[in-house]
Amino acid sequence: MSQAPADLTYTKSHEWVRKLKDGTVEIGITDHAQHELGDLVFAEVPEKGRVLAAGEACAVVESVKAASDVYCPIAGEVTAGNPDLASAPELINQDAFGRGWLLRLRPAGAPAGALLSAAEYEELLRAEGS
Amino acid sequence: MGRHTPLYDLHKSQGARLVDFGGWDMPVQYASQIEEHHAVRRAAGVFDVSHMCVIDLTGARTREFLQWLLANDVGKLTRPGKALYSCMLNEAGGVIDDLIVYFLSASDFRLVVNAGTRDKDLAWIRRHAQDFGVEVRERVDLAMLAVQGPQARQASVTLLAASDRERALALPVFGGAAVADWFIARTGYTGEDGFEIMLPGEKAVEPWLALNSLGVVSCGLGARDTLRLEAGMNLYGNDMDESTHPFESGLGWTVALEPAERRFSGREALERVVAAGSARQLVGLLLEDRGVLRSHQKVIVAGGTGEVTSGTFSPTLERSIGLARIPSGSVTRVEVDIRSKLLAARTVKPPFVRAGKSLLS
Repeated sequence: MSQAPADLTYTKSHEWVRKLKDGTVEIGITDHAQHELGDLVFAEVPEKGRVLAAGEACAVVESVKAASDVYCPIAGEVTAGNPDLASAPELINQDAFGRGWLLRLRPAGAPAGALLSAAEYEELLRAEGS
Repeated sequence: MGRHTPLYDLHKSQGARLVDFGGWDMPVQYASQIEEHHAVRRAAGVFDVSHMCVIDLTGARTREFLQWLLANDVGKLTRPGKALYSCMLNEAGGVIDDLIVYFLSASDFRLVVNAGTRDKDLAWIRRHAQDFGVEVRERVDLAMLAVQGPQARQASVTLLAASDRERALALPVFGGAAVADWFIARTGYTGEDGFEIMLPGEKAVEPWLALNSLGVVSCGLGARDTLRLEAGMNLYGNDMDESTHPFESGLGWTVALEPAERRFSGREALERVVAAGSARQLVGLLLEDRGVLRSHQKVIVAGGTGEVTSGTFSPTLERSIGLARIPSGSVTRVEVDIRSKLLAARTVKPPFVRAGKSLLS
């Protein structure tokens, strides 16, 4: 079963959130999600300055199998989209919780829904039969 | 639970992700579909294609039967072991299936048909074989391995007795021969050289493992699809079906209208199409914007619309490619509606890749 690092929080739609030291957050999709999608061939990330609402589709990851929208867990302003993904979308497959991050943003308000702890996310995966 | 080939447990033990394909639980990939694809273009890969259906036909009038049954002409097969690719058409000229037919001897031919159309094909064949006194035998006892890539044939023959190796290597393209208890054919669905090997089902595991130990990579259906599309090969159910005829499916080249005296199933309907000109054509597409072509996406051309029939991301080209059915006529640029955005594509005469290299300028 895919691991869920304990220091992150999660959504039911398989995104993760990492709090950074400068007050911004980093967002990506989980290892479970990348495994389900298969080899990724494109990743579209939002541009710096874009303002996102909680729950808004903020990125697209596309594998040979399917294109999948990524939903922004927290409202805020984008401070960066991962620049490495344009040439190496496979970073998401290889290191979903690290080098495969999708975007960073400065939060403006509360999350879309309650974010799950690592234990709660792992329970969700077990319930889904992963 | 779907049907299992004799290699099912082996696929699971190698960590394959399994999916339903035509009622069979088949490996779609082992570790990485893209790496499996590259292995076939650069060296060699092995695929389990045991889900496909092998049908042996026997009888004095088998050749005559097949000259009625198939749109391509088995009259061209004069040397035992030679094969050809053909469509099998209904009376309206629609494609029932595409298949390979092997001439084995004066009264013996072999067909290999698609897994998903097995029941339909067998019913059609059995019904019409009766009129020619031809015996139809489905070979459920056989498994089939496809070993494909520039090193595939060399790797495969190391599994044979030394006295059989030269004969196997001497097979011409689209030729087959019985070697020990294998039937080896120099055919494939990847655009690379290689063999498709039909062998007793209970003996399929050992050769697979032996090939792995020679560096031949286990490959799944995901890589099979990206390879065949790069090679410009059709997939039944996507690129053609019973509602489409060969001339609008890029398969006109497989129809033998000569000799004119050969009456075959669907001929009259095709003659009407030829007389009027086909209203639609199948073209290759190369997507120029970032994205992935997929079946059923709408294609917009000057003065009409069409549909993508097959699409994928090509690992060799690092671009998206596909096949599409559009109105006939000279067309170079199209737009494709992908998730409500119109993306630019250009038409390409397939194949897109040959001998591992891009054919695009």
